[in-house]
Amino acid sequence: MKIAFTASGTDWDAIIDPRFGRTDYILLYDEEKDELVSVDNRQIMQVAHGAGPQTAQKIFELMPQVLITGNGPGGNAEAILRQMHLQIHTGAGGMTLREAYNAYKNNQLPMGGKNA
Amino acid sequence: MRIAIASGKGGTGKTTLAVNLALYAAQTSNALLMDLDVEEPNSSLFVKGDLISETPAYRMAPVWDKPACLLCGECASICMFNAILKLGDMIMVLPELCHTCHACSELCPVGALPMQQRPLGIMRLFRKDALLFLESKLEIGVEQAAPLIKQSLDYVNNELPATDYQFIDCPPGTSCSMIHATKTADYVILVTEPTPFGLHDLRLAVETMRQLDKPIGVVVNRIGIGNEDVFTYCREEGIEVIGTIINSREFAELYSRAELMFTYNEVFRHTLDEILRRIRGIR
Amino acid sequence: MKEIVVISGKGGTGKTSLSASLSYVAANEVVMADCDVDAADLHLILKPENQYSEDFYSGFKAEINPEYCQSCGACFSVCRFEAILRKDDRYEVKYLDCEGCGYCQHVCLAEAINLREQKVGLCHIADARFGCKLVHAELGIGADNSGKLVAKVKRDANRVAKENSKDYILVDGSPGIGCPVISSLSGAAYAVLVTEPSLSGLEDLKRVWELSARFRIACGCVINKADVNPEITAMIKDILVEKDIELLSEIPYDEDFPRAITKGLCLMELDQAKWEPYIKQIWEKIR
Repeated sequence: MKIAFTASGTDWDAIIDPRFGRTDYILLYDEEKDELVSVDNRQIMQVAHGAGPQTAQKIFELMPQVLITGNGPGGNAEAILRQMHLQIHTGAGGMTLREAYNAYKNNQLPMGGKNA
Repeated sequence: MRIAIASGKGGTGKTTLAVNLALYAAQTSNALLMDLDVEEPNSSLFVKGDLISETPAYRMAPVWDKPACLLCGECASICMFNAILKLGDMIMVLPELCHTCHACSELCPVGALPMQQRPLGIMRLFRKDALLFLESKLEIGVEQAAPLIKQSLDYVNNELPATDYQFIDCPPGTSCSMIHATKTADYVILVTEPTPFGLHDLRLAVETMRQLDKPIGVVVNRIGIGNEDVFTYCREEGIEVIGTIINSREFAELYSRAELMFTYNEVFRHTLDEILRRIRGIR
Repeated sequence: MKEIVVISGKGGTGKTSLSASLSYVAANEVVMADCDVDAADLHLILKPENQYSEDFYSGFKAEINPEYCQSCGACFSVCRFEAILRKDDRYEVKYLDCEGCGYCQHVCLAEAINLREQKVGLCHIADARFGCKLVHAELGIGADNSGKLVAKVKRDANRVAKENSKDYILVDGSPGIGCPVISSLSGAAYAVLVTEPSLSGLEDLKRVWELSARFRIACGCVINKADVNPEITAMIKDILVEKDIELLSEIPYDEDFPRAITKGLCLMELDQAKWEPYIKQIWEKIR
């Protein structure tokens, strides 16, 4: 399973960024390979409108099966994420990556986008 | 004669003045009121007229013609508003972000992004005695106010009979939608409060109107609170204060129930008379 | 670090007065961020001493270089915003009308058109009067607030909070329901909805609540001028129960609001005995 996180740092101690669109980094954890890679998303600061969709496009290209984030994506970003098979878990804002991953493993993070 | 009623910040009494002025003027003349605060139009709460017609407003946005597309991705790189994305073998259009510049559609080498009508909002026309009232409201999720403001002004110019007065309830602030709403006006009334907040935001509104070269007058609402600084500022800048409205709890209560002030208060009627007299003097 | 955002759909509800008073009682714990950029008034109360300013760039405008322009008129014919002005056989960009879409640039064979990113305002980091830091911005004429600017103000506030070991960021949020207010809410742990009991206030409250709910942000509500219309206040309270929004405080109509603003003070400074119970109560509930 590949799991994507929105985060404000690049390792397991990084804090989950509650913001989806304007997250600094996207981290991708590959459970099979036990490998954590980071994607720098900081150029999103330069985007005036439509930050959510731009970040969603990056996640689309990474093709994870799971996304762990904070507040969750807005409408436009969600429309893009719907184009892929992705479980979205929200409510992890402020946790470290490790805590968020454990919470996800223990089914402690709420599921779904807008209406869950 | 087209009069825009605007203010630097929200909550100064812009809508209150617009609806009272329009309905009061309509007692003796033909008048039209436009609510162009299209994100949050509230004038209709006060006007309570009979609905005459509803006209949907549209804007154009591209749609993806999948069979025709070569997936070159040119459209996504052209769009300055991030409204088109290339996702693998898919082109995705986000119409909320589209500004209808037509660039992607017309520059696509194979014409795979034809422009199509999309809902923009709705223009509702009401009649209340001698007042025609047009309320324009954006469709939920649509962010660009300017196209609907422009279409509403075109609609009034082309479809409605000429009236002695046209009043516009503008969006607050000094953003581009406020500029569009005031752009075609013959005269702009800026509503403010005699507090430092009111003065600060009035200054910005005055600078904006000066850039547009608009004749302006100021109405100071809630007299009794605050200080004299707004008046000093207007005097120094050579801006005429064309009316003042006293601060009173009675007015706050009338507003909360969306009732008209001039039907209850004679002093306020005189203020409106004075403002109308002043407006008639402008040519 | 906890981010708390204060919002209200319409203007004039007392949002900024309350934000200023909250910053007074919580001065040791907060960094203030003024994201109400269209009517950025918080600084009039906090009277900050500026420490650092930075230009803010956002959006593009086209520029025609008259030296290269061949007067072919291609730009004029493609522009949908009537932003290209024809003067005799010369062409100019009308600054306020240009949307920065870049279509003209693509069709200009003489390569006479550039898109230039616009300096639209300034961001400031400052020391506010009460001892807290204030991050705020000012926009030029016709410039629109954007998610980018709000995000920038909040990002700076976050950094300042970290540097100064503050636990809270208190955001005076943007009005409306568009991109800036979404950006104000994004990342917030709690939203304070300030409203007043009028028919327009009620409509606007529903709209901002829907936004907060979409991002699953816990909400509380302050009803200002509550006694001006007891009926509508009761309706608002019903909505709060139904939507599971915490009632933070009910404040009666009081001219201390404009009085304090006029003196350049917050409510707490004007009459501490009267306002402390309200403001402290709100702060204890939201922190």
